[in-house]
Amino acid sequence: MFDWRWDFTIEILPRLLEATGNTLIAAGLGYLIALVLGLVFALAQRTPYRLLTFAVRESIEFIRSTPLVLQIFFVFYVGPQFGIRLSPWTSGMIAIGLHYASYLSEVYRAGLDSVPKGQWEACTALNLSVRRTYTKIVIPQAIPTVIPGFGNYLVGIFKDTPMLSVIGVTELFHAATSIGAETYRFLEPFTLVGAIFLAISLPAAMLIRRFEDWIRASLGMTKLHAKD
Amino acid sequence: MSYLEFLYKYAPSFLNGAVVTLEQTALGTLLAVIVALIMGFMKMSSFIPVRWVGIVYIEIFRGTSLLVQMYWIFFVLPLFGITLGKFEAGFLAVGLNLGAYGAELVRGGVQSVPRSQYEAATALGMHPFTRMRRVIFPQALLNMLPPWGNLLIELLKATALVALISVADLMFVSKQINMSTFLSAQAFGTALIIYYIIARGIITPGMRGLECKLAKKLSIG
Amino acid sequence: MSNESFPLKLEGGDVPMVRFDRVTKQYGDLTVLDSLDLDVKANEMVAIIGPSGSGKTTVLRMLMGLELIDEGVIYVDGQPMTHMEKNGRLVRAGQKYLRRMRSSIGMVFQQFNLFPHMTALQNCMEAPVQVLGLSRKEARERSLELLKLVGLDDKMDQYPARLSGGQQQRVAIARALAMRPKIMLFDEVTSALDPEIVGEVTQVIRKLHDEHSLTMLMVTHQMGFARDISDRVCFFYEGKIAEQGSPEQLFDNPRNERTAMFLSAVLEAD
Repeated sequence: MFDWRWDFTIEILPRLLEATGNTLIAAGLGYLIALVLGLVFALAQRTPYRLLTFAVRESIEFIRSTPLVLQIFFVFYVGPQFGIRLSPWTSGMIAIGLHYASYLSEVYRAGLDSVPKGQWEACTALNLSVRRTYTKIVIPQAIPTVIPGFGNYLVGIFKDTPMLSVIGVTELFHAATSIGAETYRFLEPFTLVGAIFLAISLPAAMLIRRFEDWIRASLGMTKLHAKD
Repeated sequence: MSYLEFLYKYAPSFLNGAVVTLEQTALGTLLAVIVALIMGFMKMSSFIPVRWVGIVYIEIFRGTSLLVQMYWIFFVLPLFGITLGKFEAGFLAVGLNLGAYGAELVRGGVQSVPRSQYEAATALGMHPFTRMRRVIFPQALLNMLPPWGNLLIELLKATALVALISVADLMFVSKQINMSTFLSAQAFGTALIIYYIIARGIITPGMRGLECKLAKKLSIG
Repeated sequence: MSNESFPLKLEGGDVPMVRFDRVTKQYGDLTVLDSLDLDVKANEMVAIIGPSGSGKTTVLRMLMGLELIDEGVIYVDGQPMTHMEKNGRLVRAGQKYLRRMRSSIGMVFQQFNLFPHMTALQNCMEAPVQVLGLSRKEARERSLELLKLVGLDDKMDQYPARLSGGQQQRVAIARALAMRPKIMLFDEVTSALDPEIVGEVTQVIRKLHDEHSLTMLMVTHQMGFARDISDRVCFFYEGKIAEQGSPEQLFDNPRNERTAMFLSAVLEAD
């Protein structure tokens, strides 16, 4: 039963590790897109344009309530129907970036909401520009609230990258299924994939927690200041 | 073919798929709740070996991808003599995975009950088991229901992955329709809308109702 | 700890209801109780006063077994409470033993600590049913009687959130009494209450003191109340009893300089 083959393990390991690189690139790129789009979504909800606010809020709600894997298919297949051909990588990044942007926008929103109303009013009273209000006053105070959410979703996006394999993005999980299909051996590739995920996500989660503590400690002043 | 014609033609298929998705969600939820309770309490145990079982379970299932776990259960477990049907493998993977997240919610809920409630129950001479069952857990339950609402939405979304081991759920059906019609926007779009309806039309109101009912029963809030 | 010098049980004609025998408690470097000796006779009412941080609440929490002591032994009704006999020696009490010993003690907390998901009546019935194994009917009768004693039989079906602080505290007293304790502990039971409703709680305690034979230990900030009701007042300072005596003697003629300073400070504040 337990016929783990070490020679086979060693044979496939380089291929899996190479694909791990792609997984990390996919997670990183997707996260960057999500960070930017998420901020756009969050700020769009703070504009006075009712219709825009409503549309953005409902879209976020929709994206958050439906499966990512289906969204990946949607983005990949709907383009060609209308004559736009997107590569697996492009569609994958759009789908995963949008999906996580909808989560991150909520994190941004919670962060901005955590800044006391008096701070905004003080900025208005001091006649600070909107840009200055955000960059110098609001964002520094919102950071401690948003850091845990940002960390969790970074690990989350990493663990969701296997879904990209369904449209042929050659990341880690894709490599494992290919090996399985070629050799009919599943034990080693899938166990290794699990181990690689664990080996990355556990230390990452721990590092993020450390970072949280560090940033909270170094921003201690900011937090005290916010409690006026 | 207009969208209405499309809907008329494929409504039965979508419906069948939605039923399978609902079955997977219901069974997955049941399993996730059981796993969450067991692992959540194990992680809180003061007996170190028991606590470690809880920690290791939670970290493994949260640290790797659901898709990897599902493939492992479906393709690797047979090598150990455990062969599961695709339907069973599907909700098993979903339930085991989301149960690990649920375990942390159970722990968080129990730990959110103030220390003074433990002391009051202790001062009345309650056995730790009675104390948990009658005093702490009912209060913890109310605290953890809102995050469970979110978790169940995640669970519903997670069931879409069972299509990849060929369980004929909503996702699977929409893929098939896409392949036979090449009407991708209609096929996947309809499926997305159905998922949305299940999430916001069934799960969210259901959980909110449960919360109200429990809050009324416990008369807090 | 060498247990040789601690008796396995207290015997003789004059066994106190509660005895603290050289009890020490530390939190890290901080000594909260420093080799405390304290005897409380049956049916005696002892008031414990002192500045915050003097260890007075710790006395009650340790007697209830909510906190472990570091050194010494506490005896209740002649039996060791924090320890139990094993092969002729005292060892730390197990959970089961502690639960049994605890059944003779009732405690009322500063923040009431009622169970928010149970009505006043259910709060009172819960432990008699679950712990003593009383039938629901018996527990109900007993609880109703006690709710009547604290003047809240008309509120029995109310949840704590619907009761005022004073009412909650009276329910908490009834709940503790439902276990038929021999000793009642009151931990600053009026501190969380608005001044105008302190009276309704102190009245209940006074009634208990007058009509029922109970040993009581009461940590309080209310000097007037302590003076009226207690048989003996203990002034705690830095983990020790700095002075104790009858209320008249301690309040009117404090011998210890610390006591005098404390009393003049709190009486001025009142």
